[in-house]
Formats: sequence, C-alpha cells, structure tokens
Amino acid sequence: MYSNRYITIYTLIMTLVVSVVLAFTVTGLKPFHDEAEAIYKKRDILSAIESQLPKKLKDMSDEEVLSLFDSKVEQVVINAEGESLQGIKAEKVDMASEEKKPEVDRKYPLYIYQGEQGKIYLTSVRGNGLWDKIWAYVAIKEDLNTIVGAAFGHVGETPGLGAEIKDNPGFPKEFEGKQILNDQGDYVSVKVVKGGVKDPLHEVDGISGATITSVGVSEMMVRGLEVYLPYLQAQKK
Amino acid sequence: MAETMTKTAEEKEKLEWFGPKERKLITDPLNDDNPVTVQILGVCSALAVTTMLKPALIMAIAVTLVTGFSNLVISLMRNGIPKQIRMIVQLVVIAFLVTIVEQVLKAYSYPVWKQLSVFIGLIITNCIVMGRLEAYAMANPPWRSFLDGLGNGAGYGIILLLVAAIREFFGRGALMGYKILGATDEFLLNTSKHWWLSWYQPNGLMVIPASAIFLVGIFIWIQRARNPKLVDVS
Repeated sequence: MYSNRYITIYTLIMTLVVSVVLAFTVTGLKPFHDEAEAIYKKRDILSAIESQLPKKLKDMSDEEVLSLFDSKVEQVVINAEGESLQGIKAEKVDMASEEKKPEVDRKYPLYIYQGEQGKIYLTSVRGNGLWDKIWAYVAIKEDLNTIVGAAFGHVGETPGLGAEIKDNPGFPKEFEGKQILNDQGDYVSVKVVKGGVKDPLHEVDGISGATITSVGVSEMMVRGLEVYLPYLQAQKK
Repeated sequence: MAETMTKTAEEKEKLEWFGPKERKLITDPLNDDNPVTVQILGVCSALAVTTMLKPALIMAIAVTLVTGFSNLVISLMRNGIPKQIRMIVQLVVIAFLVTIVEQVLKAYSYPVWKQLSVFIGLIITNCIVMGRLEAYAMANPPWRSFLDGLGNGAGYGIILLLVAAIREFFGRGALMGYKILGATDEFLLNTSKHWWLSWYQPNGLMVIPASAIFLVGIFIWIQRARNPKLVDVS
C-alpha cells in the first residue's frame, strides 16, 4: 500500500507533466490546424460550383485551391437587412455561431465567384436535419434566379438515407437549373418533394427513406435563401 | 536456489530483442489471440469506422500506436504506480496519447480527422487498450509490453481492414476510394455497359453498420472452424 502523501504527489506531478506537454502540442500545431481548416472550407464552398471550375477539385492541390479562391472569389458579408458590411471577410463568419444570435444581429457570408460565364453568387444556408444540423452552399447564377449548383453537408444524418444529401452526387445535381423565383418574380425557393416532381422548375425529388431530412432541406432552402434576396435584388439595379 | 535460477533465466530472456517469445507477442494477436474475433474486444469501433478502407486504415494505425505506446509508458511506470489509483493513471496515459494522435492527425490530414474525430476520441474507451494495460503492461517489462501493444493493435487493425475492404467493395463498388464496379462512367468497370455484369447491384446493407457485425461473426466462424486451438475455447 502506498501512503496518501505519495499518491497525492504522484497525481500532481503526473497531471502537471501531461497538461504541460499537451498544451505545448496544441499551441504548436494551431497554425497547421487553422490552415487545414481554411483549405477544407474553401474546397467545400467551391464544390458547389465544381462544374464551373477550370479543373476538378480533387485534381487541384491545396495551393491551387487557395490561389483560385484568392483571385476569383470576392467575399461579402451581409446583415439581416441585406446590406453589405465593411471590414469583415466572409470566411471569418461562422454560421453555427451566427445561428445562436437573434435574427436581426446575424451576419451572412456570401462568396461571389467571377467565372467565365459571369458572376456566381455562393450563398450559405443552414437548417435542421433529422438528427442534427444540415447546411449547404447554394450557387446562384448572374440572373439572380437560376441555381447552378449546390453542395450539402451534415453532422449526423443516417448513412445510406439522410446522409445521401452529401454522399450521393445525384442529389445536389438535381438542384442545377432550378429557379428560386416564379414567373411573377415572387420568391418560392426550391422544395424537396415526395413521389414525383410536378413543378420541374421549383421542385426536386426527395430521397426515399429520408423524409425528415428532405423536409429539413426544403425548409433550409426556403428560409436560408430568403435572407440573401434583398442583397441579390439590389444587385439587379 | 531454484528461485535464483528462474530469476537469472528471466533476466537472460529480457536481453533478447526478437526472441521466439517476443515474436509470439506480435503474431499471437493476429490469429490465435485476436482481440476482435477471439477476445471480442473493440467491436464497437469495428462497426463504426469500417464503411471505407481509408478511415479504417488510419484508425488501425492510430490504435496500434496508442496500444503500443501506452503499454510502453505504463510498463515503464509500473513499479511506481500506486495500486489504489492505477486505473486512473492508465486512463490519463491513454487519453494523453490519444489527444496527441488526434492533434497530429488534425494538423496533417484534416479531411480524415473530420471523418474520424469522434472515433479517435473513442480510442480512449476502446477496451483493447485498457485491457492490454491491465492484463500485460502492469506485469511485464517495457519492450515486451510495447510489442504486445503493437501486436494487439495490429490484430485489431487486420480485422478492421478486412471488414472495411469487403464493405467498401460490395457496398460502394470501390476500394480505397478508387471506383471499380458500378453503374456510371466514373467507375473503372461500368456495369451498365457490359451485358454480363448488368445484373450487378451494390449491396446497400454493406453501407450500414449492421453488416459489420455479420462480417465479424462470419470471421469468427471461419477462424474457429479452421483453427484447432480455438475449438471449445470460451
């Protein structure tokens, strides 16, 4: 048996050594983490407009992604009224923490890609899936109406069902060519529907077995894109 | 007299780096004493990370490193660890190593970290790690403990890779992310273009975790049927 004194001193020294080494490791690796995270996010954003890029994303090196992003993408942050804010970069806006603020204080990131076929507006939307948060980057063409691409992400949807929004490239593809405004110019967004698309301009086919995730995507597309509307309308004039 | 003799014998053994006993420490967990199929440890993560080969490979390497080094560290500390708090000391060492593995992975392989982050953290609770510390490292010299850790990590890793290869190939028609068999042009072999393959459908069951438990079960069955040492054990 060891004395209490021995145990206490042993524990103190052990925790001290472990915490000091860990603190050094974490701070030492922090710059690498930040860089890796930034690249990951940029790849994610660009994947929504992969068809418009000069090269496939997976064939691009990290440096190419960064330089493409720096040279071709303009970063805008807008507030709830649709006015663009100065002095802040879109990539610094974290949708997850914005969501916790009251709606009037929220900031929304917008990336404007200067492609060969004109500007593409990359909006960022966020909503609820079945188990946890889902989000998407939705790319809207220069006519401020037609969607050219989308990239979805999720925290923990069911693999093979809800997770198909990300895993199955066919799902985001369905959004290409959809329009967020109807003939009268009113906002209708794009909805995910069950069992057959009736309105091919504003509806996409849902995923079988993932009803709640599909409803979440519809909801997200309606609410999420709405906040960008005032800004987009202002670009038209 | 007898006592001193056994002691010197032990001491002599210790000097060996790769004697038959040391080699057995590595090879035993690969088959006769496999942590997953014989000791039935670490099954939970074997279900979760085996949908694709790449994360399974990273997980196998991470677990092998953690079991190896935690065994080594605990074995070095074993004579000073107060018995009353030995479990806590073991946990601190495991958690310490896992955190380092996680941080390094996050810095150098971010997409994989993103995919595995939850499970990397869960290595701490992986029964194999603590099981080996209690069963082996607390009572054996450092080098052997290290080998025992590596062997058990590798035994776990082999099962992980086998399950992952089967699940990825039959579930997604791919291996290591290279698309091999499927119905679109992205795949090496486009099944819709060859009449003799047009019947092929990827097996959706393989994508969900339940398939891993079937596969591990089948592995256990095959292993028990072929390995006479395992007959009537347990």
